[in-house]
Amino acid sequence: MSTLTLGPFNRVEGDLEVQLEVTDGRVRKARVNSPLYRGFEQILQGKDPRDTLVITPRICGICSVSQSVAAAYALADAAGVAMPPNGELATNLILACENLADHLTHFYLFFMPDFARPVYADRPWYADTEMRFRALSGSAAGVVLPARAHFMHLMGLLAGKWPHSLSLQPGGTAKPVQAQERIRLLAILGAFRRFLERETFGDPLETLVALDSASALDAWAARDPGRGDLRRFLQIADDLGLARLGRATDRFMSYSAYPSGGDRLFRTGLWADTGPQPLDIASIAEDPSHSWMVGGDPLHPADGVTIPDAEKANAYSWCKAPRLAGGVIEVGALARQLIDGHPLIRDLVSESGGNVRNRVIARLLELARVLMAMEDWVKAIAPGEPFCEQTAIPDEAIGVGLVEAARGSLGHWLTIRRGRVLNYQIIAPTTWNFSPRDAAGVPGALEQALVGAEVRPGETTPVAVQHIVRSFDPCMVCTVH
Amino acid sequence: MNLLWLQSGGCGGCTLSLLGAEAPGLFETLGGAGIRVLWHPSLSEASGGEVLDLLARVETGEVALDLLCIEGALLRGPNGTGAFHRFAGTRTPMIDWVRRLAARAHYCLAIGTCAAFGGVTAGGSNPTDACGLQFEGTYRGGLLGTDYRSGAGLPVINVAGCPTHPDWVTETLMAIALEGLTTQDLDAYARPRMYADQLVHHGCPRNEFYEYKASARTPSDLGCLMEHLGCLGTQAHADCNTRLWNGSGSCTRGGYACINCTSPEFEEPGHAFAETPSLAGIPIGLPTDMPKAWFVALSSLAKAATPERLRKNAVSDHVAVPPTIRPTKLR
Repeated sequence: MSTLTLGPFNRVEGDLEVQLEVTDGRVRKARVNSPLYRGFEQILQGKDPRDTLVITPRICGICSVSQSVAAAYALADAAGVAMPPNGELATNLILACENLADHLTHFYLFFMPDFARPVYADRPWYADTEMRFRALSGSAAGVVLPARAHFMHLMGLLAGKWPHSLSLQPGGTAKPVQAQERIRLLAILGAFRRFLERETFGDPLETLVALDSASALDAWAARDPGRGDLRRFLQIADDLGLARLGRATDRFMSYSAYPSGGDRLFRTGLWADTGPQPLDIASIAEDPSHSWMVGGDPLHPADGVTIPDAEKANAYSWCKAPRLAGGVIEVGALARQLIDGHPLIRDLVSESGGNVRNRVIARLLELARVLMAMEDWVKAIAPGEPFCEQTAIPDEAIGVGLVEAARGSLGHWLTIRRGRVLNYQIIAPTTWNFSPRDAAGVPGALEQALVGAEVRPGETTPVAVQHIVRSFDPCMVCTVH
Repeated sequence: MNLLWLQSGGCGGCTLSLLGAEAPGLFETLGGAGIRVLWHPSLSEASGGEVLDLLARVETGEVALDLLCIEGALLRGPNGTGAFHRFAGTRTPMIDWVRRLAARAHYCLAIGTCAAFGGVTAGGSNPTDACGLQFEGTYRGGLLGTDYRSGAGLPVINVAGCPTHPDWVTETLMAIALEGLTTQDLDAYARPRMYADQLVHHGCPRNEFYEYKASARTPSDLGCLMEHLGCLGTQAHADCNTRLWNGSGSCTRGGYACINCTSPEFEEPGHAFAETPSLAGIPIGLPTDMPKAWFVALSSLAKAATPERLRKNAVSDHVAVPPTIRPTKLR
């Protein structure tokens, strides 16, 4: 047996270290460490509750708006206020823009460059992949960064700037959309659609969204091999067996996403024992037993405590271990699409569970599905109608804000006493996926997913491990906040 | 020129903001200025041991370090150990890595307000004992100390902002690479004067409302955000309303107050961010370079003269009263 410490682990957001025990060329045990702690939950204590709208987005520069929306929802819950239709639509558009930009950045800049590594020089797809996806200089970066920047002009219009906008408010958005701006938004979405259809999918979004089974996906990929980057990825995934890599617990969760007029674009729920089940938020608890945090027993986040203890025995991460009814959960685009019931994702997961290939496919499918919804939301905006309800925050209240960030389920739990924040607890998506062990010694989702990964002779930072880690698109600054 | 980028106690937002650089894009801009990225944690291929080997060669001087960019605050806690952030793959606190590498850097840049002054990471009770590279809030010192000078003889260049605008970073890097930078190019907080000699107020589309003190009352109102909603645009050093963000945006264009995020200690304004503290109806924080008596006199006069159009539009979320159409020709 040998041990490996992997770090710095780049092309993930924030700081990550992975420790592996390796036997016979396979990972036998993994420990995932988040080595950076900033203490946002402590910083928030004693603040004016409205200031959470300024502070919590700064937990994360990659899912800043998701944090804003969770804070706004928590304040709205505490104040008992609802958004007018325009406020819901604008909030959805801003959140969707961030989520899709994240999916795009992840695929092109964070995930795919690993297949351009020299270790794959003998594969038939290597020459093409190396030219397209090589880090910093591949041809994809040259078209993706401008497309991303142009897409994020939506943020300039609707949110003032990104990241760290203050336009997301409990009662709606602070930026009313004027008639001319609504038309401009359609132009921005149209340009991004054309980019995706030309570069990423090589087909209309509708074609991709209509794929309803693994065999339909295979047939689509085979029909025009090499057209679009998704087909390129599928060819690589097939050759390297990425559907057999990185399986975790196969228990998935989604808080639901994008409310609009009493309905939601994506459903809420839990997926366990190969079927959908109702989700009981009350059964969430955070276990600090292996975290550099004071405390032992798991606590519901509404009662949670975050006090660092850098000297704690048996601890190996600043990340706490969230559990749902005591169980490990995986969150993210795959969970969202599975729970929402998209037939392609249901079929892929029933075949091979959660794995590197399926996580990436779900993310790209979401790019298509959500962009189509964004077009509808813009059309539904009614300039001249209200965007924001005025909100008075009560001096004594509790609130919870649940939202889906790109990487999965994000929750904020807020307690207000005497007009000040008494307690603020956050469980971010990567906290679920990259949690350390709990008191029973059960490893977190990534820790389980890494077991069995191949370590080639001489590898100190095994490439299979990198694929698995990045398939979750981790956001470590959110994780430990 | 070789560029090395490291992240510590921040959110990564300055890097994500930088990816939005336009006309030209980030990689074209850097390439055009002859800047080579040795390593960046979000963008480079090299991981793990490959990176540690590179850093070792930088430390010995085998690889020149022309530009060291640090993003995020420097975490000195707990109890001075730096254990709140150890550089992954090493047991070494990031503050030690930064001290060692800064000693090798020809230019050292703090990217964003966290790295410059501590920023939001140093807010509240500052649980991690966070500070900036060469400032701790408004006080000089920080991690590297008052006397630190990079190889080029400059203090740490504070490209402040939360996040920092992509152009502030690329233009500072280009200025260094193409023409060099001197202390005269930096303001009293060592921010590049290219953007810090402006005020956010300049070019604000709400200026007509400001002139007449026609003020917004609630988020989504079109009026001036200074009187009631905490806007510090008349005091904040940055060109956000003339340069714009993500195509056409800025904070005040997005409907919310400027919170002066390029400034040290912006994270603790002493009042709620979205509220303007006032005394006898006069905001306590007055516009930069404006004597209080004049402000009081002008505001009362302006309020008395506020046109009906501005008075109504200030508290509306759309143009309720359009400007009167009037012939302008001399007759």
